[in-house]
Amino acid sequence: MIRRTVRFLDERTGAAPFVRKALRYVFPDHWSFLLGEVALYSFAILVATGIYLTLFFKPSLTPVHYHGDYLPLRGRELSEAYQSTVDISLRVKAGLLIRQTHHWAADVFVAAIVIHLLRIFFTGAFRKPRDLTYYLGLLMLIFALLEGYLGYSLVDDLLSGMGLAIGYSVAMSLPFVGANVAQLLWNGPFPGGHDFESRMYMAHVLLLPILIAMLLALHLTLVASRHHTQFVEERTTEKKVVGIPTFPGYAPRTLGLGFAVAAVLFLMGGLIQINPIWQWGPYHVSQATNGAQPDWYLGWLIGALRLVPSFDVTIGHYTLVPNPFWGGAGFPMLVFLVLFLWPWLERRVTGDQAFHNLLDRPRDAPWRTAIGVAFFTWIFIVFLAGAADRIFVMFGLSYEGQVWAFRVLVWVLPVAALVLTKRICDELLRGEVVEARRKLVEAEPVA
Amino acid sequence: MRRVLAGLFVAGLLLVPAAAADPPSPGVTHVEVPPGTAAVDWGTQLFGANCVTCHGPHGKGIFSPVRGAGDQTGLGPSLSGVGARAADFYLRTGYMPLDDPHNQPHRSRVLFSDRELAALVAYVASLQPGPPVPMPHPERGKLAEGQEQFTEHCAGCHQIVAAGGYVTNAVAPPLDKATPVEIAEAVRIGPYLMPRFSDEHVSDAQLDSIIRYVTYAKHPDDRGGWALGHLGPVPEGLVTWFIGIALLVATCTVVGRRLHS
Amino acid sequence: MRWLIALVVLVLGRLRRRPRLDSEERIVPPGTRDRHAENVVLGLFGCATLCGGAVPAIYAFDSIPNQTQFLGLALGLAFAFVSAACIVISKRLVVTEEIEGEYGLSHPDEQEDVKRIVDESGDRLTRKRLLVLAGAGAGTALGAALITPVASLGPVLDVSSLYRTPWRRGVRLVDEGGRAFLADDIEEDTFYTAYPEHADREQMGAPLVVVRLKPEQLQLPDGRRHWAPDGILAYSKICTHAGCAIALYRKPTFTPVEPKPALVCPCHYSTFDVANGGDVLFGPAGRPLPQLPLTIDSSGELRAAGNFSGPVGPSWWGVRRHGPRS
Repeated sequence: MIRRTVRFLDERTGAAPFVRKALRYVFPDHWSFLLGEVALYSFAILVATGIYLTLFFKPSLTPVHYHGDYLPLRGRELSEAYQSTVDISLRVKAGLLIRQTHHWAADVFVAAIVIHLLRIFFTGAFRKPRDLTYYLGLLMLIFALLEGYLGYSLVDDLLSGMGLAIGYSVAMSLPFVGANVAQLLWNGPFPGGHDFESRMYMAHVLLLPILIAMLLALHLTLVASRHHTQFVEERTTEKKVVGIPTFPGYAPRTLGLGFAVAAVLFLMGGLIQINPIWQWGPYHVSQATNGAQPDWYLGWLIGALRLVPSFDVTIGHYTLVPNPFWGGAGFPMLVFLVLFLWPWLERRVTGDQAFHNLLDRPRDAPWRTAIGVAFFTWIFIVFLAGAADRIFVMFGLSYEGQVWAFRVLVWVLPVAALVLTKRICDELLRGEVVEARRKLVEAEPVA
Repeated sequence: MRRVLAGLFVAGLLLVPAAAADPPSPGVTHVEVPPGTAAVDWGTQLFGANCVTCHGPHGKGIFSPVRGAGDQTGLGPSLSGVGARAADFYLRTGYMPLDDPHNQPHRSRVLFSDRELAALVAYVASLQPGPPVPMPHPERGKLAEGQEQFTEHCAGCHQIVAAGGYVTNAVAPPLDKATPVEIAEAVRIGPYLMPRFSDEHVSDAQLDSIIRYVTYAKHPDDRGGWALGHLGPVPEGLVTWFIGIALLVATCTVVGRRLHS
Repeated sequence: MRWLIALVVLVLGRLRRRPRLDSEERIVPPGTRDRHAENVVLGLFGCATLCGGAVPAIYAFDSIPNQTQFLGLALGLAFAFVSAACIVISKRLVVTEEIEGEYGLSHPDEQEDVKRIVDESGDRLTRKRLLVLAGAGAGTALGAALITPVASLGPVLDVSSLYRTPWRRGVRLVDEGGRAFLADDIEEDTFYTAYPEHADREQMGAPLVVVRLKPEQLQLPDGRRHWAPDGILAYSKICTHAGCAIALYRKPTFTPVEPKPALVCPCHYSTFDVANGGDVLFGPAGRPLPQLPLTIDSSGELRAAGNFSGPVGPSWWGVRRHGPRS
């Protein structure tokens, strides 16, 4: 049977040599190398559940009256976008499961990319020849953030509508070109009406998924063509890659992981409620609710927006830098600039232009690890500040006090983290030298 | 080095509960009266024992700080004309007595008995004519109107499903423990920093709808599963990392292998 | 019946295993059998089948409550069992080999060849640089030409509409239901949302928040002393920081201990002083809240007496260059 199928395909495609090679392709086998696949499989679930949702969602702001079963909205005027989402959630069978799985998958997708990025950074996997792969990954992260934001903003509920107003304000705050960019994107002043809704829809459903898919294909091709990196172990060298073959070893592992991702996402989608938009109500420019937050992966931006003190940079009557720029645009641009420049910076500072197929353990590169920990601590503290109002409501810690505390901690803690991490890495390395010497000494005969 | 780290860690753990702890509440003074005493008279005595330090004799108010009995600062608004409505609200929620006039009143255990409460309310109502305890009818309210009204007037502070929120220098409390009468009272009074909404602004029918909605919001339609406190993306992010990513990274460690030593 | 027997024989015959040829050189190394693991995998696939099969059953029976939870549980568990089966297979039922391969290097010879192919192909050209420049120029112009229609997405060159609001002298203030606000209706210690009569409400310039203070509490800047008749104040409801609706009003019950009246935005908690013309008390807003001058007409209704004190909504490069336009 198998023989006949393979012959059929090879006769028509000539692919047997490629498949032969691919089946015995070497995959270095460490659990931390699987994090990227968690992101990949989350993306697959996103596309599948997303396609289902497009069959029911109406990307239009045409007002309609709600006559469904959910009493708090009965008789109210809602946009078709909001109503169709309420219907998917409350009327379409299995609709809520698919919608919640889709939203959890988006949150987990970005989280998986972040944890994969951390692994890449702290093991030095971004070094030549894999810096291009790294840049593609960073681009995918940026597109994933945008894609998620647009996805939950399509629904035209109160919470996401407020988020769009903030996005508009950040666009407006870009120096020199802000107003022009914002007017271009929104076709005039906020809220932009029907035009903006259909643009968001096209971007979310077509443009960005295609972009991400193309980058993903390139990213995976590059990973395969250069082979995956590996840690220094018994038989591994810069020239020799040791691992398990695609078939039969790796295939069931990756399939198992893929099914596990599907399992976790569908379990979350069914058991844990996410974004119950029927409770938020429809968006109106004149309305707002307390406790409005973006999805977690934009929490760093709301934290930054809340921490920046009140000032616009003006020159005479010209407002050069409106306030939201620093937190909403400058901060993320700086973070991504550092991330993009890092491989080049490291090459310049260390003078190391060689290929690296072997990975560092974090302790093997104390400065990179220490600076990396400090950098991500900085981002994390800002991210925490975004939840300061909920921390206040739950634990009673004064909000104004927290703002001041965070403004100080955001600079102090990264420095402390840098010093601490460098010490820990150095101590761990020294400890290994001592351990090795001890073994030698103990092996010597006493007499 | 490690000991210093351990010490810092323990100190850090202790700081959080210390910072969030309430000062101990001083308690109330109960007053024994012979049976048959009129409620207003009993209320007068209770008021004298518990409230006069801050609210002044005859509830006239104390407008600049005065060193009162038991090391308490005396400072408090006048109660003339607030009527049974305000007294009932502040006492039944435990907002009053307030240990420090500079603190925001918050819901706490009511240390007075029901009859003591009635006595105090009668006393305050007797100071000057004022509004009575309201009698709302939430069953006559409409949920859709309530959602609209609540969004317009209340959600900015209390959050869209009344989970509570922050206003500069104060907390707008969650309403999960509020009874229909308390909601009606609060809306009409505007306690502490909350705006007040008279029946010209929010009619009695609209108030019934609001109360119906707030009652509903205590147990809203959560058919999506575990509701995470109705707080939106913050707990959702926690679940993403501590449940989703945690499970998936654990799966990776099972599927893949560790480093050979 | 004969056909059935023939079918069975055919299938069973196919199942007869081919003899192991140990002398043949194997590609995949041999490994030990593990029937116990096979049983586990069979059990896991069985469970997965049950869970998967439960999904259409749960779907079909409306009487089952908490549909979303049960559907998610069944589907999720089905995937989980399949995943577990794959993992058991990977650990116990396929041979765990470690094989070696080679890392790719760069290929200087082929790189050189590529360079030479390109160079040698340019043999017939006498002015390579000029041609390349001209081609680049043409390409850039073409790119610009293709991008030009993007400008139709919005008024990218004309941002003057950002100054426009639907308010001007004489426009009546109306509530959510379209009824006019009477000055006498406006009470202290509370807040109202007002809209311009006959205008689109879903624009940032439209909604107002209206409050009343005692005239002696007012500390309005020069030039605005008459903007608040009877102490009634109107401000834009849209925060000057990031465009959220200012839905919080804070009013003191007892002024010796409580902070002064203020409008607060729930997004980043910019706090605006209502008594002194909308100055920022707390939070990141960089501009005061625009105030709308009010007047009370002969029927006692509230009307706008002009446009706002400044442009409405979030700031941009030109926000301080002009006042708002009607």
